[in-house]
Amino acid sequence: MSMDIIDSNLILTIAAVGLMLIGIGGIVISNHLVRIIFGIALLEAGTNLLLLLSTYHPEASAPIIVDGNVPALMADPVPQALVLTAIVIGVGILALALSLAIRVQRAYGTLDMREVRLKLEQEISAEAGVEMPSSSHAPAGVPAAAVTAAVHRVTPS
Amino acid sequence: MRRFTAALFLLGLGVMIAAIYQQMDFSHTTVNAGQLINAVAAQETGAANFVTSVVLAYRGIDTLLELTILFTAAMIGGMVLGRRSPDAPRDPDAGFILRTGADLLFPLLLVVGMYIILHGHLTPGGGFQGGVILAAAFFVPLLARPGSSIDQGVISIVEGLAGAAFIIIGLLAMLDGREFLTPLLDKGELGALISAGSLPLLYLAVGIKVGSELAGLLAHLADAEAVD
Repeated sequence: MSMDIIDSNLILTIAAVGLMLIGIGGIVISNHLVRIIFGIALLEAGTNLLLLLSTYHPEASAPIIVDGNVPALMADPVPQALVLTAIVIGVGILALALSLAIRVQRAYGTLDMREVRLKLEQEISAEAGVEMPSSSHAPAGVPAAAVTAAVHRVTPS
Repeated sequence: MRRFTAALFLLGLGVMIAAIYQQMDFSHTTVNAGQLINAVAAQETGAANFVTSVVLAYRGIDTLLELTILFTAAMIGGMVLGRRSPDAPRDPDAGFILRTGADLLFPLLLVVGMYIILHGHLTPGGGFQGGVILAAAFFVPLLARPGSSIDQGVISIVEGLAGAAFIIIGLLAMLDGREFLTPLLDKGELGALISAGSLPLLYLAVGIKVGSELAGLLAHLADAEAVD
């Protein structure tokens, strides 16, 4: 019987961690804002599942007394209560993220983060009246030639 | 290259989470506070559903703070989306089937939502779940008729009253010389609809607050101007 417990637990844990990794992978790899938000939703689902699994027991019944019958082994109500509120808050956060995405779409006409970043840089440079930086790591207002020269001075080849 | 580093990062993260999970004595026994709560909750709070006891009695202040998070998200969502310009084009009404279905679903969803809220201390369910169903009840007609809109002023009044009710029930316990949000009133018979003291009232406040907040947020999202 203990083998069964370990097996079902292991499978569910792998599923939970897998959901979290898919979610984080989506956030890290995707460039599209809506896909990033979907990644957040998957990460949230995996986290909730992992939290529930922390006290999972396959034999336990729900922590509810029905018609005065007290079950012999009841599941731990604390993580269930935590996840209960976390799900609702997750919906709220998701709606907030989507409304921010709507604003980005309105302001820049795209949801592709690469284009949004480029337009952001252009806007900042135009506002400050300086040249576009040669890379996202270069300080603003420094021309590309000066950056290349500085790099060559620091690392003589 | 970026994909490769991301995959490497994810692999490391997965190994780390698995290692942490291995170290903890999770899932072999039902640990710590849970079994203690299961043993005493029926006598202490009078609610047959122990999850409700935990949400409202043992960690009621956390629930209040979680409602605050939801309120903040809904408020910022409304602020970010802003007001719709009056001459912006709207989507046409949906077809006959969706409109009739929405009209039929509205009272059904209201009843189911209230049932789930009011039986939160007896059966699986409660204010959060029922509140989401209430929000859906108000949102489905909006999907069928994009031209109509929910009055945001009414929503914020209802939401404010529900939030105030939760806090006032908590403060009443302090008038009695007990701690904030201590369950009040007679516990009644375990498993009866009117039992568990003030917990069903708290869950009613939570349900109405969650319902109005999500309905307002979804209405704001649906109202957002479409861009070409």
